Amino acid sequence: MNIHSALPSRDKIFRNLLFVSSVIILLVCASMILSLVTDSISAFGEFGFFRFIFSSEWSYQEGNEHYGALPFIVGTLLTTTLALLFCIPFSLPVALFVGEYYKGRRITSFLSTITDLLAGIPSVIFGLWGFYVLRPIVVNLGLSEQGSGILTASFVLAIMIVPYAASLSAEFIKMVPAELKEAAYSMGATRGEVVRHVIFPYCGSGIFSAFILAIGRALGETMTVTMLIGNTNQIPLSITDTGNTMASIICNQFGEANGLRLSSLYAIALILFALTAVINIIGKILIKRAQIK
Amino acid sequence: MDTTTFRIIKSRCLHYAIVFFSALTAVPLVAILGKVAVEGFHNISFQFFTQPEPTSYQALIANSQGTSIPGGIANGLVGTLLMLLMSSAIAIPLGIFCGTYLAEKRGTVYTRIVSYITDVLQGTPSIILGVIVYAWVVVPMKGYSAIAGSVALIIMMLPLIIRSTEESLKMLPSSLKEASLALGGSYDRMVIRVLIPSAFGQIFTGVLLAISRIAGETAPITFTALGSAIIQWDVTQPMSNVPLLIWQFYNNPALQSMLWSASLVLLAFVLALNISSKLISRKWKIQ
Repeated sequence: MNIHSALPSRDKIFRNLLFVSSVIILLVCASMILSLVTDSISAFGEFGFFRFIFSSEWSYQEGNEHYGALPFIVGTLLTTTLALLFCIPFSLPVALFVGEYYKGRRITSFLSTITDLLAGIPSVIFGLWGFYVLRPIVVNLGLSEQGSGILTASFVLAIMIVPYAASLSAEFIKMVPAELKEAAYSMGATRGEVVRHVIFPYCGSGIFSAFILAIGRALGETMTVTMLIGNTNQIPLSITDTGNTMASIICNQFGEANGLRLSSLYAIALILFALTAVINIIGKILIKRAQIK
Repeated sequence: MDTTTFRIIKSRCLHYAIVFFSALTAVPLVAILGKVAVEGFHNISFQFFTQPEPTSYQALIANSQGTSIPGGIANGLVGTLLMLLMSSAIAIPLGIFCGTYLAEKRGTVYTRIVSYITDVLQGTPSIILGVIVYAWVVVPMKGYSAIAGSVALIIMMLPLIIRSTEESLKMLPSSLKEASLALGGSYDRMVIRVLIPSAFGQIFTGVLLAISRIAGETAPITFTALGSAIIQWDVTQPMSNVPLLIWQFYNNPALQSMLWSASLVLLAFVLALNISSKLISRKWKIQ
């Protein structure tokens, strides 16, 4: 009797414990949004939401404080787009290598180990390597004088996101039914044609979603970009120009900022948070759709 | 040349291109590991692990006399260790509980919301966690501290552990659950004694990966734990960690020669965690 009456209550406590842990996650996220909003209100109040986003001035002289996020939004979009362009010619071949051409072979697990390790390298070390190895190369090639800039940062970012794009794309490529491929082969298609006319149409949306998630990673990457982008607060005019991303301006100036400038940095953090959240949710929705097929 | 030969050649070329570009992907890994190992190797000694970082003055004197820089990264190692311990102690149980909840209550609207929120947390740039935790912990406590750093790391770690727990529990056959309940086991016993042990290998892998991910974090630590030049055991005080030391060495020309050695230590630690998680997941694969 004793045990029987004791059991359900313990049971209940445990179930509640599990439930509460999930509530904590929601609370954490809600309070993150709340604190970003409350801390950025004074910047948005001072400059207005749209003027803050579309203003390209960033001056913190006393008496003439003016902050706008446009240079950093442009910098972020530019580095991310370039990183995506640079990463496609590497991550697609890796995905096809792992998911189709050498599927299940020993060499494939070797290649996946390599990409996994690449994904594991801390971003500050990527930054160091970019600064001491890649930057001199960029200077020697005559692409830019000081070597730092959008181009250098995007290139290292591309290396960093290759593993994410490749491993997820490979999962989708693996899911293409063998019957479809065999049907194409039996009609005389070459392997290249199977890739183009069977695999890509079948899992194109999955591969697309993999790249969306890779974009999400590139948007918020901080240390690497801060070390390589050159940290100037104007809108970059060319891809070899220096600039700043939303993440790198926060990293550069948060430590010394107060008052309106601090609030402006929180406002940039809020914009960046919203951007990555939207990109990630879109990516996840696309992945779920692609998996249902 | 007839079209068939042309098509075959085209297909071959694609094949070679794929192999070529895949092989190219290994180049950055080898280049980075090589550079860090070659540059960092000669400064590694016993005192590198037992001494705190030198001051710029000490380093300048050593540089001008041509001797090797005294000191090491012990302040960073202690900080890394303490902050990893504190964040793991909270993030691992909480993450496993939440992951279990998501795996057990599949398909409800609430679960889906929590699941999306987990994805949002996972995708949140670490620098944003840094500025948020600054407002949450550093401002009310009126000072930077290892506690603040750990809070940022906890938020980074949680989604990783939730996801890996959820994915591995979902792979378990429902017969396992049914058998346990049919024997009269209570719900909590079923989860703690049957489900989690059965998926232990996978969950453990996820935990190791999560630790290796946060062990290399710099951005959120700069605004929360700030860094400290002495070996600090008091978690209410500012503290350094190894990535933060690397960042400081990078910004301080006098300490440049410590830079690569500290990177080598960090890289070795992170990649060792990574590789062992891979080995464990291979060994304890859920059948």
